[in-house]
Amino acid sequence: MDILPILCSLRYNKTGALLIGLQIALTLAIVANSVFIVQAYRREIQRPSGLDEANIFTMSNEWALEEGDVVAHTKEDVAALRALPGVIDAEATGGFPLCGCGGLYYLELKNPQADKFHPTIIKTYLVDDHALSAYGLNLVAGRWFTPTEVGLARNVNPDVPVAAVITRQLANEMFPAGNALGQLVSVVREKPSRIVGILEAATSTDFDSYRQGDAAFVPLQWVGNYVNYVVRTRPGDQTRVMKVAQDKLYALSRQRVLKNAQTFAQIRRHAALDKRTTSVMLSVVCAVLLTVTVFGIVGVTQLWVTQRRRFIGMRRALGARRRDILEYFLIENLLIAGVGCALGIALGLAGNTWLRTEVYALGPMSPAYICIAALLVLGLSQAAVLWPALRAASVPPAIATRGL
Amino acid sequence: MVGYYSELAVRSLRRNVVLTTLMVVAVGVGIGVCMTALTTLRAMSGNPIPDKSAQLFVPHINAWDPARGKPGTSDSQFSYRDAMALMKAHRGVRQAAMYQVILNVKTLSGRLEQAHGRATFADFFPMFGVPFRSGAPWGAKQDDDRDNVVVLSSKLADRLFPHIEPVGRIVTLTGRDYRVVGVIRPWILTPRFYDLSDADQFAFGETEDFFLPFPTAITRQIIPRNYTSCMEEDRQWVEWEGRLTSGCYWVQFWVQLPTAAQVRDFNTFLQGYAIEQQRLGFYHYPPRVRMLDVMDWLAFNHVSDGSVRVNMMIATGLLVVCLVNAVGLMLAKFASKAAELGVRRALGASRVDLLVQCFFETVIVGLLSAALGLALTSAGLWGVRSLRGVAQDSAFGHLYRLDAQMALIVLALAVAATVLTGVYPALRAVRMQPAWQLKIQ
Repeated sequence: MDILPILCSLRYNKTGALLIGLQIALTLAIVANSVFIVQAYRREIQRPSGLDEANIFTMSNEWALEEGDVVAHTKEDVAALRALPGVIDAEATGGFPLCGCGGLYYLELKNPQADKFHPTIIKTYLVDDHALSAYGLNLVAGRWFTPTEVGLARNVNPDVPVAAVITRQLANEMFPAGNALGQLVSVVREKPSRIVGILEAATSTDFDSYRQGDAAFVPLQWVGNYVNYVVRTRPGDQTRVMKVAQDKLYALSRQRVLKNAQTFAQIRRHAALDKRTTSVMLSVVCAVLLTVTVFGIVGVTQLWVTQRRRFIGMRRALGARRRDILEYFLIENLLIAGVGCALGIALGLAGNTWLRTEVYALGPMSPAYICIAALLVLGLSQAAVLWPALRAASVPPAIATRGL
Repeated sequence: MVGYYSELAVRSLRRNVVLTTLMVVAVGVGIGVCMTALTTLRAMSGNPIPDKSAQLFVPHINAWDPARGKPGTSDSQFSYRDAMALMKAHRGVRQAAMYQVILNVKTLSGRLEQAHGRATFADFFPMFGVPFRSGAPWGAKQDDDRDNVVVLSSKLADRLFPHIEPVGRIVTLTGRDYRVVGVIRPWILTPRFYDLSDADQFAFGETEDFFLPFPTAITRQIIPRNYTSCMEEDRQWVEWEGRLTSGCYWVQFWVQLPTAAQVRDFNTFLQGYAIEQQRLGFYHYPPRVRMLDVMDWLAFNHVSDGSVRVNMMIATGLLVVCLVNAVGLMLAKFASKAAELGVRRALGASRVDLLVQCFFETVIVGLLSAALGLALTSAGLWGVRSLRGVAQDSAFGHLYRLDAQMALIVLALAVAATVLTGVYPALRAVRMQPAWQLKIQ
């Protein structure tokens, strides 16, 4: 089939071709990048928190004590929770992975080996010696804290943590030689803590954090009027314990407010909400884009068919078959879509580069995204042009003899 | 005349309903989805103070040791000397140095409890638009006189003075008496952007329990609760005096600069100041200055990233594609009107008359697509609210609502966009030769 006549006639229909080409290019760039973002988000919100999520629930507690000391009452609460049948262990703390709250310390890395990597905000969780079993964390090296190591995170003059446990990801970044155990790190007050253990994984307090997967735990008992209770139960006991736990705590003291009793599944859902909303929106945008582009192609091609009715009739009268007319329009569309795709690939790659400067957490986009998007758009545009092309093919040759 | 053109337009649109519908849908859907996305993204953007975030700045002087990489949050605070120099220079419309404090407050039962507070200057309150329940913030005079005044949060006020008006009463904070001059309404910032330093990331989004004047706190030698960041060279100091004269960073500073010219001027002033300070030997490393507005500050501290911007670009890209689509459809529409336009030209209409006729058609299509856009935006926002479990009248609900102002924007945008897409097709349609069109019937 001759390409030249198609190109020649396109010269007289530049505007329409330009419009379709532009739509295809933009659609391709946007769809490829959107799918890339949605996939990245999906991976992000499925990242394991390091905790035994199936068996953990949490409650938030606010003290309104008229007398007595917050630390003692919190200790009493935790002891009562730990004594409940079905409970493996419990913990009173400020923040915990995926809580979406604060109540943390921040690790500042003063190790000389870590100089070229100087982040300031490594989320550091305040826990006691029970947290390993209360959270269901997985230690891959070293040990957890002993009861004697646990200090008090007073608001004024807090104890300096003597030890620290960090995640494997953080250990590898700080000490690429693999000798993290025993090294000194500094938590806030510029006095060193020794790394005594390495965890397989622990996430930050939410999915938006810089440095996901870098976290540290220090043995300091949380002190405060707001405290979160994290309770790990035996499989199957969670619902029952949740009901019993609140009554038990209120029986101990009514000078408090217990709120937000949530299973960890609910916590994870809440933490993922923003990313899920954006993913849904981007998916809708992609669907609308593809639909609009398809309809646009249908519209413009239909216009061309109407404009060229006489010429199509003339070609048919001169011996062209229906198939030839059909092929003509399909190839014409293929040419335009091809150029549009080429432009779209360039735009998509450029857009992706810009995107990654704005969102530091996104890695490079694999070429598969652009390629599959290009094939999809090409396929859709060919399908879109099919209907007007079939209508063009059915233009009777007798049209040519009218209107002369 | 308006009536005549409107009638022509309506008739022309009715003649090819399919094409008209496609046009309305193309623009309407584009606008509906785009506006829903933009509204949702703006609500989720985590801009804690959207109406002022472009006016509030941290005038960041980076005299950090370059070998130690980028300064962190605590390293981006100010030394006492720098902060006081900036306050004295008064180069901004409003400015306030501040730092975190913790004091003991005696509750009604006689117990001592800790309260989190902030030592700051009078400008803090108007600068950040702090809402007051009763009383008023202190003024510059109280700053200068180092008065013992305090502003309380609703929560603390209710606990210390249930059922009575706190303003005018005395509160004892760590052994000293302060007179209450104002009580603020519940003020939740997500996040509390003006102080992102580590010491106690104010867990649950609430702001301080009390505020007192900065000079008063200095006179009382109230130790800062936020992290003091020092470089090796500054580490050795003793006593309170040493803290005030050392180069350690522990004061926070914000300035309000409403116009771009003021921002530039401040930047120039800041650069001059920094160079002068280095010449006098107060900085150990060459200083670099940068003006960071609220969103820049959040990004600088890795609290937020550009993902919202990216998603907004995508939503706008959708609108652009829909408009390009609409241009194609308009071309088709006007091409089919060629004969009618030819007849009018032959009967003596000028090109301008024809353009007006086309304009009316695009306006009507614009109004229809505006209606569709509004319906879709409404439905879309309802969908987002359900997805996020946000009730319409809740604290966050108003961010995800189609209010009168937004409806007006959608209307104007739809009509403007449609008219815009119709310009080129109309010009092309009007340029044709009437004789040609009349011949080919």
